[in-house]
Amino acid sequence: MAEYAVLAGRSVRLTRRNPDAVITSLVLPVLLMLVFVYFFGGAIETGTTKYVTYVAPGVLILCAGYGASMTATTVSVDMTNGIIDRFRAMDTSGTAVLTGHVAASVARNTAATAAVLGVAFAIGFRPQAQLTGWLAACGILLLYITTLSWLGAAAGLLAKSPEAAGGFTFVMLFLPYPSSAFVPVETMPDWLHGFADHQPVTPVIESLRGLLLDQPTGNSPWLALVWCLGLLAVTLPVCAALFRRRTA
Amino acid sequence: MYPAAQAGWAIETQGLSKAYGSVTVLSGVDLRVASGSVFALLGPNGAGKTTTVRILATLTLPDAGRATVAGRDVRRERSQVRRAISLTGQYAALDEAQTGAENLRMMARLRGHSRASARSRAAELLDRFSLTEAADRRVGTYSGGMRRRLDIAAGLVTDPQVMFLDEPTTGLDPRSRRTMWEAVGTLARAGVTVFLTTQYLEEADQLADRVAVLDGGRVIAEGTPQELKKTVAAQRLDLTMAGPDAYEAAAARLAGRLLHRTPEGLVLGVATDGSAAHVRALLDEVDPQRTDVARFAVHSPTLDDVFLELTHG
Repeated sequence: MAEYAVLAGRSVRLTRRNPDAVITSLVLPVLLMLVFVYFFGGAIETGTTKYVTYVAPGVLILCAGYGASMTATTVSVDMTNGIIDRFRAMDTSGTAVLTGHVAASVARNTAATAAVLGVAFAIGFRPQAQLTGWLAACGILLLYITTLSWLGAAAGLLAKSPEAAGGFTFVMLFLPYPSSAFVPVETMPDWLHGFADHQPVTPVIESLRGLLLDQPTGNSPWLALVWCLGLLAVTLPVCAALFRRRTA
Repeated sequence: MYPAAQAGWAIETQGLSKAYGSVTVLSGVDLRVASGSVFALLGPNGAGKTTTVRILATLTLPDAGRATVAGRDVRRERSQVRRAISLTGQYAALDEAQTGAENLRMMARLRGHSRASARSRAAELLDRFSLTEAADRRVGTYSGGMRRRLDIAAGLVTDPQVMFLDEPTTGLDPRSRRTMWEAVGTLARAGVTVFLTTQYLEEADQLADRVAVLDGGRVIAEGTPQELKKTVAAQRLDLTMAGPDAYEAAAARLAGRLLHRTPEGLVLGVATDGSAAHVRALLDEVDPQRTDVARFAVHSPTLDDVFLELTHG
């Protein structure tokens, strides 16, 4: 167990000292928040809810994507620069190394979430949730971040170079757009509805919004749970297999 | 043919073979390394040196053959082997964004040291490798030589019995290379078995008790540096002649016995047993008037000569 803590500490330290990671995971989400609210927000009709209140959960989801996609790069750096050989020759488990990167990703995203929420509050985000709503929303967000981070780790194991690893994660960054994260799905063309309604980001975002605004959430939280746990159930063994293949 | 080993063999391999797809990297490598000795695996690029080290360090499985390190089977007793070894690869395996001290403390913690004991172990190793001043600087700011030293230090956090060094001095300047050699010497005196690979014959000559020459995936020669040098029989007398005429005359006299000729430098090489009597006789024969030979030098064969003879002979 000690090796998990040591390696998580290592990954967090490496993240903190990587200016690229700090900018991408902290500054970028805040800027995006401002872009959506002030550049696009005026033209988007979201009913009685103010746009900033509508879009804040969407930006949280988007920045989870940015933070988690960086896991692909950090894992790939470890796999290509020789340090993984040293860890293996020291009998350190690959799972511990990967878990360390995921833990750093979760830490990074928690900081980003706090920053985005802070700015959102400052520019008029007014959620109505009670404590239980907040806790449930945080739990779902945490699970979503963890899932994306493991997907990122898998991409990092699959890619031949850190640059390529970054490219693999484009899907994660793109998925929030064809969902209800930024604009209501009804405003999209009909042929997109099927996809938008049945992809993992939509139930996550609907749960967050519903829970934070204290609106009915329907079965969204359960769907979000099923999507995340399902993806994790696939990704974890895939990561183990990819790691074995990569280090054979 | 092998020296008697008091504590047995630190490394033993039999028929080690490995292929990547259709490319055969190792085809039947047999090695024995005595405990506490320094062993050099010498060979050109692509000879299979790194693959051998990776198999012995349990990072890669052999296709055939068996290998034991510190008495444990690399295939069946991976964990036990890993606890007895340390590996320093060709590329410094360190975190550039962590300081030297942080890297060492992390390695010590991963090997089960407590926080306090990791701290003191790191300080001790930094001191031993003259890195104390740079301890709190990020590794990204280190020179190539400092990185290598830190890399070796990282391998020593838990007192390994067997240490693998894969081309420890490739890319280092001559001074850093010296420092590295001293570090290997220190390890050897402390009783650690050192298995190193190198492309530099001088390095094997300087450091190793025994040398194996690997070429095309098989061991083509094995012995002490002295023994290997003996395989390239004679010594060589190089004569620098006083002028072109003298050069031509001497070349004609020695005709069939010349080992090499360099007209631009007016140098002729001829075989000798190295004794004063033989060198004197040769000089008299080539230059009875004692006017034609400007300088002479007697060369002992270098491992380079051995290497060239073995790999291209």
